[in-house]
Amino acid sequence: MMRHHVILRVITKVLIGPIILFAFYVQFHGDYSPGGGFQAGVIFAVAFILHGLVFGLSTVQKVMPPKWVHKLIALGLLIYAGTGFAGLFMGGQFLEYNVLAHDPIHGQHNGILIIELGVGMTVAAVMIAIYYAFAARPPRISDEEW
Amino acid sequence: MQAMIIEALSWIFIISGAIFLLIGAIGIIRFPDFWSRLHALSVCDSAGMILLVLGMMLQAGLSFITIKLAIIGVFLFITGPTATHAVANAAFMSGNRPKSYKDDKQEEENA
Repeated sequence: MMRHHVILRVITKVLIGPIILFAFYVQFHGDYSPGGGFQAGVIFAVAFILHGLVFGLSTVQKVMPPKWVHKLIALGLLIYAGTGFAGLFMGGQFLEYNVLAHDPIHGQHNGILIIELGVGMTVAAVMIAIYYAFAARPPRISDEEW
Repeated sequence: MQAMIIEALSWIFIISGAIFLLIGAIGIIRFPDFWSRLHALSVCDSAGMILLVLGMMLQAGLSFITIKLAIIGVFLFITGPTATHAVANAAFMSGNRPKSYKDDKQEEENA
């Protein structure tokens, strides 16, 4: 890697932690303030994309291997669908949150948190997978031909 | 009385921040080459952003929103100059030079 990007490297190292923390804030505070699973997933993926842009694709793929990413996409969708079927098995309709706990308000609270967790996982993993797919393409023209 | 002073201070901050941003926008359009445009953008952006955030913090009073605004200010204060540095570095690497720039080789040829 090029050594002259020292400012970008230092700032990236400082910023990645707060970005992930902010993603979790948006994720789990999403039912009281603007935010939710989709936005949190995108912010979470931004931390990894920033790491990949500055430190290189192979470095970020050591942190988040592509096979984990593909499993996370499926896992998030499974959590979403599983919550729906859990409502079905506990005596309600598909995706009915009221039956998930003893009283409907707690049930809706739990349901929306779990659903948003699944959405966030899938969105973050899809964003990282799209970045990997684009960044892993070999360049058509070499740097000398520019 | 105190509330009025705080109100007036916050509006002074917000309006001067807006003026900074306006000057920066005019600079982007009017300056001749890439480097002076980048200079106008980055400096005025940082100054205007800080003043706007300060004004909004005074408007919000002592609350959770003030802390959020302070965090936003710190973030933009770090990332804005970094982005400018990355853009300028990329332009310099790809061979773009300021109008008055003379590297050593040119000076030797002129001498």
